[in-house]
Amino acid sequence: MPLLLFSQPFMDSPLIPLIIEWSLKIFFIFGGLMTALAYLTWFERRVLAYIQMRLGPNRVGPAGLLQPLADGIKFIFKEDIVPLDADKFLYTLAPIMSLVPALTCYVLLPFGDKFVMPGLNREIPLHITHVNVGVLAIFALTGMGVYGIVLAGYASNNKYSLMGGLRSSAQMVSYELAMVMSIIGVLLQAGSLDLVEICKHQAGWFGMQWHLFTYPPTGIIGFFIFLIAMVAETNRVPFDLPEAETELVAGFHTEYSSMKFAMFFIAEYANMVTASAMATILFLGGWMGPFVDQFPLLGPVYFTAKVGFFLFLYVWLRGTLPRYRYDQLMNLGWKFLLPLSLVNLVLTATIALFFM
Amino acid sequence: MSRPFIQSRPEIETEASETVLNMGPQHPSTHGVLRVVLKLDGEIVTDLDCDMGYLHRGAEKIFENRLYPMIPPYFDRLDYIAAVSNGLLYVETVEKAMNLEIPPRAQYLRVILTELNRLSSHLLWLATHALDIGAFTVFLWSFREREEILKIFEDFFGARLTCHAFRIGGMSYDAYPEFKSAVMALMDIFPKRLEEYETMLNENRIWLSRTVGVGIISGADAIDLGLTGPPLRASGVDFDVRKAHPYECYADLKFDIPLGDSGDTFDRYLVRMEEMRQSRRIIIQALEKLPDGPVMAKVAKVIKPPAGEIYHSVESPKGELGLFLVSDGTTKPVRLRMRPACFVNLQSLKKMAVGSLVADVVAIIGSLDIVLGEIDR
Repeated sequence: MPLLLFSQPFMDSPLIPLIIEWSLKIFFIFGGLMTALAYLTWFERRVLAYIQMRLGPNRVGPAGLLQPLADGIKFIFKEDIVPLDADKFLYTLAPIMSLVPALTCYVLLPFGDKFVMPGLNREIPLHITHVNVGVLAIFALTGMGVYGIVLAGYASNNKYSLMGGLRSSAQMVSYELAMVMSIIGVLLQAGSLDLVEICKHQAGWFGMQWHLFTYPPTGIIGFFIFLIAMVAETNRVPFDLPEAETELVAGFHTEYSSMKFAMFFIAEYANMVTASAMATILFLGGWMGPFVDQFPLLGPVYFTAKVGFFLFLYVWLRGTLPRYRYDQLMNLGWKFLLPLSLVNLVLTATIALFFM
Repeated sequence: MSRPFIQSRPEIETEASETVLNMGPQHPSTHGVLRVVLKLDGEIVTDLDCDMGYLHRGAEKIFENRLYPMIPPYFDRLDYIAAVSNGLLYVETVEKAMNLEIPPRAQYLRVILTELNRLSSHLLWLATHALDIGAFTVFLWSFREREEILKIFEDFFGARLTCHAFRIGGMSYDAYPEFKSAVMALMDIFPKRLEEYETMLNENRIWLSRTVGVGIISGADAIDLGLTGPPLRASGVDFDVRKAHPYECYADLKFDIPLGDSGDTFDRYLVRMEEMRQSRRIIIQALEKLPDGPVMAKVAKVIKPPAGEIYHSVESPKGELGLFLVSDGTTKPVRLRMRPACFVNLQSLKKMAVGSLVADVVAIIGSLDIVLGEIDR
């Protein structure tokens, strides 16, 4: 196989520039993403600190900007403890299981439209792969993340971890339903499961074509169901039951330390960004914005700004709301959000059938 | 190594579908080193038992070997959140045994300081209770005002937490010159800050669903279990030592006793919030009426209460804090027995929490406002 890669016919084929393009894109997106995730922790701590009238990390570097680096170094040098009675294989597998799907999602997210590389005269799409069932693929991958948490809860051999894992699986299964139901309206309008197509469907009319505003009021209802479900899916306040610190100590990652803990941590933040990106793509027009047709590189800028809004929302919620109780969480998911999203779906279909 | 290192002392029988969860003594929300052993069916608590004594220092035994003036510092370390109330209890009990008349200025200063301490204790309660339920921001906001109060304490007592300027017979020194203006400045901003907390919590749907109807205890049950303080008053029983057996100058001051009606966690929250407003009222009145004069009565150099027994109690932020003193007329007490408010309040936990969920147990412990230093002594 390796020999084949260097054989003459292969070198001549157009695959080579494609592989180079892919590698470069993966390198930039992965590198940029990891930096962004690290700075997301800094951003969260700073914003939360201002909400809570304190300063937050401001010692390491200017305005604490090197704090993520210091945190990373600390995580690497911490002792990696495996509890005596833990299932060692699953215990090690769990953080991998939760991190890998969380990062794989970024292969599918479109950050912008195509742009022409100056000098090379080559059209480069601003996403790594283009899958025509992108929505399904993303939901499948985020759904995988729950296995990591359940396994971590099971393998730690700790009752708090176990309860955290159980809570998490129940929560994710419940809210995934409402989440998927809430976006079917969007899929009906776009007529596609392709993330790029969904974005393009929302172009023009100064943002009035965003799925948030179309088919009123179903767009807005769907958006808010998606927003609530997305916070619940990523286990953030007020739905942070799997790791409720004052009840379950630290939930599923009570026993984890060092890089294994850091992997859960990165996975959580990666999932936050994925969920925010999905909300942006499905409801806020993805990379669409003024002058994006003339300057395609503005696409990623708009996209990042919109995702940043959702990330700020996450932090804002964390600074404001207390935590739900387990049964109340289930009631909200099954008795309120799911019926509402079904009604919303019927309403969208009716509008689509009779008025459009 | 056949014997387990930590024995599961409170024995709880379990069935196959049930688990036993050890909550504490190292747990973020058992407010110190309380250990609660929960029997769980899924997430529902079917039985629980409290194990305490992890902070036992044998305080009551130590008292028996100390001279009367040497005892107050130990009291500051019992309920370390409300050290002033504890110190007040001790000096008042000895004064009562010795029939001492305290100068009015000392009485007013004591009341102001005790009520400031009630504010700081309730603020800490609000902070931790909110944190238990997940409202992280209220936690840090409460510490902001508590810090102001502790600064006043630091200027007055020289200590922030284990503060005592109370001596048998009055105060050891008078207030510092800016005391009045500092307290008044704090009292001016205080209602606005309380409103901030209430905006965050009172109409928050999640807060309401976490507290309303959780951990209900009826007035009759509360009396049977010996509850005192805010948990008792939240159940609608009108009992406050400050009104029932007024001590110091409380009889001269106007204040109301807030009462709840349903006795749930939310009522306990409301009662304490209103108590903070009433404490502010007391402090402002006492500052305005603050008389001039000495702060120390004439007390013998060697303190020897006459032989006999005496019981005295004060309303600490946690409830009725009582002290039973047995004296044989010498310089050391024969027995000093406390009626700890938190210890008695904690025994209602089982009544309130059985049948609820794990998250409720945390909320209920928070609403009882326990301090392990006082429970274990």
